[in-house]
Amino acid sequence: MNQEHDAGPGRSGVSRRNFLGGGLVAAAVTPLLTGQAEAKAAAAPTVDGVAQVTVRAAVNGSPVTVRVDPRATLLDTLRERLDLKGTKKGCDRGQCGACTVHVDGRRVLSCLTLAATTTGREVTTIEGLADGDRLHPMQQAFVEHDGLQCGFCTPGQIMSAVAMVDDEGGADSDDEIRERMSGNICRCSAYPRIVDAIRDAQQVMR
Amino acid sequence: MRPYTYAQARSVREALRGAGPDTAFLAGGTTLVDLMKLEVVTPERVVDINRLPLDGVTLDHKGLHIGALERMSDVAAHPAVRQHYPMIAQALELSASAQLRNMASIGGNLLQRTRCGYFRDVTTPCNKREPGSGCSALDGINRGHAVLGTSDACIATHPSDLAVPLVALSTTVHLASPRGTRSVPLDTFYTLPGSTPDVENVLRPDELITGITVPRSPWAARSLYLKVRDRQSYEFALTSAAVALELQGRTITNARIAAGGVGTRPWRLTAVERALTGRPATPATFEAAVTHAADGAQPREHNAFKPALLRRTLVRALTELQESR
Ligand SMILES: Cc1cc2nc3c(=O)[nH]c(=O)nc-3n(C[C@H](O)[C@H](O)[C@H](O)COP(=O)(O)OP(=O)(O)OC[C@H]3O[C@@H](n4cnc5c(N)ncnc54)[C@H](O)[C@@H]3O)c2cc1C
Ligand code: SF4
Ligand code: FES
Ligand code: FES
Repeated sequence: MNQEHDAGPGRSGVSRRNFLGGGLVAAAVTPLLTGQAEAKAAAAPTVDGVAQVTVRAAVNGSPVTVRVDPRATLLDTLRERLDLKGTKKGCDRGQCGACTVHVDGRRVLSCLTLAATTTGREVTTIEGLADGDRLHPMQQAFVEHDGLQCGFCTPGQIMSAVAMVDDEGGADSDDEIRERMSGNICRCSAYPRIVDAIRDAQQVMR
Repeated sequence: MRPYTYAQARSVREALRGAGPDTAFLAGGTTLVDLMKLEVVTPERVVDINRLPLDGVTLDHKGLHIGALERMSDVAAHPAVRQHYPMIAQALELSASAQLRNMASIGGNLLQRTRCGYFRDVTTPCNKREPGSGCSALDGINRGHAVLGTSDACIATHPSDLAVPLVALSTTVHLASPRGTRSVPLDTFYTLPGSTPDVENVLRPDELITGITVPRSPWAARSLYLKVRDRQSYEFALTSAAVALELQGRTITNARIAAGGVGTRPWRLTAVERALTGRPATPATFEAAVTHAADGAQPREHNAFKPALLRRTLVRALTELQESR
């Protein structure tokens, strides 16, 4: 969806301060982010000059620097720019949970997170969960309980469940698991086995 | 999504500098990013306010103070909120999903836009999105729409759960602009659609919500939020009720009541409050007090069930509250 453009050469000359309307700081050092000319260009989609934002974040423990269109979501950036395709795009509207990742240890929706806002943050995706070849207990439990059918929602379910236990203290009953996992929709309705998997994994994790 | 420039503000002053109608402040982004993708909202500048020092949840003799950038999940989990303002914690926990509550801020929550499907669909007429274009919901699909506070121009429901207990408890919103600061009662912060449904509140384009204050009261601690919806979780309200009672023995000495899912803004029910005050907290009192709760309702084709559902929601909320002690 979001076209990523390189701001072309020769766009300097007007100060960034001016462009950003005074004391605002750009998300990071963005030498190509310049000038009123570019602001106008940015308003016309036919021109290639959308001011880029440099993001410096830790993704699955490794430092990453990537220049993104300010419109780029974290989801698209992970998938299209960092080749981390484990995080899935279901609705792209905050309604299904397929895109769930952790930012600073909390579960969030990467489809409604602008990549530009993640500078200085720690992002964890499904690819960052296993310890080498050793699956995370939540992944292992999903395998053992067959907590999936088509598997499309599974990375989101697992990321959500891990944070539900690690960050939020877990759930005390099946009903509570269901309530606290309600942000992750499973189109195949594999819910009973998803609940089984989470109940078991939680015991290992706690 | 339309192109925009992005910048992070380090202070309230920086965020406000140059802010105008083409500026959007970005908090959790769960409303803003969604609506920018749909091109319902098309700012030229997005100012990220997440690093402003507008956080903190504190309780003092005046009441509960919550910074605009506090996240829904953190406020819901806060011990002072849970103990002294249970219905605020409940309204937050019954909102959206865990992921969204981790992202969404209190200020953004109060400013979230309606979920009216026509508002979100740029191919259909909508007075709120495009003044003067007409209202597709009047004779369209209007099951989720409001029955109170509506006009010929718009019948969109205000979707916030949090705003319902906040209105019941006479919350104040604190605002900052280049001209200084001001505080506005939440009840008058929201405006009725009338002939200008594109205007939803008194916030000016160069004004930020910095926080809210919920007054201290004996009734806030004895309160309950009940939400009725099409599925058990992760759904907006068809109707909801925020009820708070102060009792002396069995007699109700103070009542604060508001409803969600039924109004074009969070709906305080002062007539129900008056009908409860001075009476014994019994089922008969509750039934009698809610008879006129939906007076003046203007139902449309698909939402004619709402007045009756509202009355039953209120009775159930009052009964559950009464039985919980
Ligand atoms: C799938 C889904 C389900 C949901 N279910 C519910 C539900 O059941 N109940 C419920 O109540 N809500 C629900 N929501 C809405 C959600 O609660 C709101 O989107 C959220 O609270 C908005 O907060 P935010 O910080 O993400 O706001 P943003 O999206 O960042 O901002 C929203 C608006 O407020 C402005 N803004 C933000 N902060 C400030 C500030 N401090 N000062 C001035 N302007 C500001 C922004 O410019 C923007 O116009 C749901 C949302 C989704 C996507
Ligand atoms: S109800 Fe309001 S928001 Fe919905 S279509 Fe009509 S004018 Fe637009
Ligand atoms: S893709 Fe993010 S919630 Fe559906
Ligand atoms: S396994 Fe198919 S969507 Fe969940």
